[in-house]
Amino acid sequence: MIEFGYSLQANRQIDMDLNNLRMLKYIRNNEPSIDWCMSCGTCASGCTAAANCDLSLRRMILMVRRGEEAEIHDLVFRCRFCGKCLNACPRGVNTRNVIYWMQQAVININAL
Amino acid sequence: MKSIAIIGGGVAGLEAATNLSRMGFSVTVIEEKDQPGGKLNQWHALFPNRRPAAEVLASLKNHAKLGINMMLNTRVENIEKNDDGFALALNHNRMITAHAVLLATGFELFDASKKEEYGYGIYDNVITSVDLEQAFEKGIIKTAEGKIPKKIGFIHCVGSRDEKAGNPHCSKVCCITGVKQAIELKERIPDSEIFMFYMDLRMFGRHFEELYKEAQVKHHIQFIRGRLSEAFENQDNTVMIKIEDTLLAKPLKMNLDLLVLLVGMQPSRGIDKILHDLEVEKDADGFLKQADSQLTPSKTNVPGVFAVGTVTGPKTIGETISDARAVTLEIANYLHNKVASKILKNESYFI
Amino acid sequence: MNIEGKKRLWQEYQKEIAGDHYFFVRSCIRQSFFPGAEMMFLKIMREDLGKDVVENPGHTTCTGIGYHSDIVPLETTMTVVARQFALMTEAGYKNYAVSCITSFGLYSEILETWKHHPEIETRIRENLKRATGREFRIPENIAHASDILYKYRSEIAEKAKYKLVDKTTGQPLRIVEHIGCHYAKMFPHKGVGGAEYPHVLVGLAEALGGEIIDYPERRHCCGFGFRHYIVKVNRGYSLSCAKVKFDSMEPYKPDLILTNCPGCPYFMDRWQYAIGEMEGKTYGENGYGIPVFTYEELAALCLGYDPWEIGLQTHQVTPEPVLRKMGVSFEIDKKYLGPNGKEIGRPEKPKVLVVE
Repeated sequence: MIEFGYSLQANRQIDMDLNNLRMLKYIRNNEPSIDWCMSCGTCASGCTAAANCDLSLRRMILMVRRGEEAEIHDLVFRCRFCGKCLNACPRGVNTRNVIYWMQQAVININAL
Repeated sequence: MKSIAIIGGGVAGLEAATNLSRMGFSVTVIEEKDQPGGKLNQWHALFPNRRPAAEVLASLKNHAKLGINMMLNTRVENIEKNDDGFALALNHNRMITAHAVLLATGFELFDASKKEEYGYGIYDNVITSVDLEQAFEKGIIKTAEGKIPKKIGFIHCVGSRDEKAGNPHCSKVCCITGVKQAIELKERIPDSEIFMFYMDLRMFGRHFEELYKEAQVKHHIQFIRGRLSEAFENQDNTVMIKIEDTLLAKPLKMNLDLLVLLVGMQPSRGIDKILHDLEVEKDADGFLKQADSQLTPSKTNVPGVFAVGTVTGPKTIGETISDARAVTLEIANYLHNKVASKILKNESYFI
Repeated sequence: MNIEGKKRLWQEYQKEIAGDHYFFVRSCIRQSFFPGAEMMFLKIMREDLGKDVVENPGHTTCTGIGYHSDIVPLETTMTVVARQFALMTEAGYKNYAVSCITSFGLYSEILETWKHHPEIETRIRENLKRATGREFRIPENIAHASDILYKYRSEIAEKAKYKLVDKTTGQPLRIVEHIGCHYAKMFPHKGVGGAEYPHVLVGLAEALGGEIIDYPERRHCCGFGFRHYIVKVNRGYSLSCAKVKFDSMEPYKPDLILTNCPGCPYFMDRWQYAIGEMEGKTYGENGYGIPVFTYEELAALCLGYDPWEIGLQTHQVTPEPVLRKMGVSFEIDKKYLGPNGKEIGRPEKPKVLVVE
């Protein structure tokens, strides 16, 4: 192998054929209201954690829906479970439960 | 007896004909196809209640049976305006006169092959929402290879909100049509995965938002915000699509067994000659100009010429029916007041 | 795949291509990347097709690479291009034949700009006059050299000694065509067949007996870019782009890649070596690569020109397997002999990619 001074770059494309939707199925089984989300972002706008980090429940739900598992691994544990998002959601998603089961999905990823 | 010539025998033309006839006017419907009903003939079920289109069509046709002169296979070649009203020259050297003309010529479907990069007419498993509706009607949903599709994608806004395709407007009905069709597909093929690719979901009508939520919650249909940039055919005839997931700001690709293009409504180019003869004006979007879009939406810029239905922009069936009933009142007022206005003019001459 | 659908689209994108009397402008990089290609174009045009093609050794780069790398300002580029047009005008020609896709795109872009902004054209005319004393006429016809070979594809096929066919099986060779991005993506009507399903190379390859492969990443850029490969550390960005194409075409088992741009064949040829060394991955059969040809090289090969006269020994991916498949006769001993019969030197063999 030759060191050329440059290398191949990873493809950042979401590949829906390779991605696995096991997390979505697991969370849905435990908290079906994840499917109510319409990505409006009301949850994220008032999120206390979002002021200091990249946490956004809107984005995390989308990542789960696309099977982008690695993207939520660290973020999901930034949640302080303050519950502001629960009050905010116009569709009544049980956001606390969704985040809890997201964490469980990350912890138990190999068992899903 | 005052007479009205209605050009176009679709939903708008039929409903207006029925009501004008019941009001005692002499009504002629000029339809270029061999049967009335327009594009409703191509449809299987209607949103949001999924009522069979044939049922609505039968009712419209049934009401329009009595006292209406229905001229099928008929085209207007030429129209002249005179002191008394209008003289319409039809194909096969026929001629009729009318005191008022109602344009109910409807819309044209966007030709999906114009979006070259989507491969309609080239890739075997790229179809339009109209093709799908006809497949529902036949009861057979299969890929070109005769397999049951398991991964299906819908592309919203095909030929709508697309200035390059010549249609800057929103076709309005495609979002809800897509949601309806996705649910129908999911019910027929329960183990299928369905993805909707949209720019905005415009669930403007009553019960539309509920249907959208039903699609998400009950049928697990995935909604991905993004517009298709290109489609390709794979070796096994599946279709690879590339989209940006705009809510995640990442490019996304996937293979689909079937790609459905939700084709929009565009102004009908076939009526340009009639509009030219009548000196009726269009708006910048190509649909007819309404004299006053809030207060007199059925009036054109020419007295005695009225417009109804999708000739003045995309509408649902329900909106078209309301529009057709409204235009009857507008026409009746016009025909009743015509005599009165002549007297008024003469009076003003003597003042 | 419904080919009729493509034919319908192709009919909408038929450009006018002049029939004879061309003023030919070369590419600044092709002569070092694929030294035989342009010479083959001139030979085919003059000797096989009997056309009149002139050149002026005083013509320069169009500055395309400099322009696209933000090194040369647009006004300078336009003035240089105006000078090229002046050389054509002085030679008494009206038809402009362009070897390079970057140049072709640039000419199209400049003429379109002048159409909308005549005041810019006036200023450029003044610049040129002041700098060189020259004046110019805008060409009546601008064609890329691949357009011209496309126009004469039937004549070339009639004279062809070899077809793009596997001699043993009689099966057509499987060909990946790759169109330079600036050929028709900017102005679809300036390219034969438009931008989505260009026909220019398809037509040539099919006339010569080949079969075109339509693979998912066909429209993907080769990754050449401009500023993106000039600086070495950035080259991974170009390379990653090309790899997407190779990965996508590999399952179709193509016999060769046909191109019409200076950058695409160069990168698609050389990157197969780089990917081999980096990843241990090759894309042809038995560790070989997929040979890459320019349109002139392929036309010349079919017309019976000697592979080493065409310059195929300068390719990284070894062309011999496909030459044998087609039944082209060649002398392996002469591969590294120049036109004067002297050794031109031999490249070092890659560790991964198999070459002959």
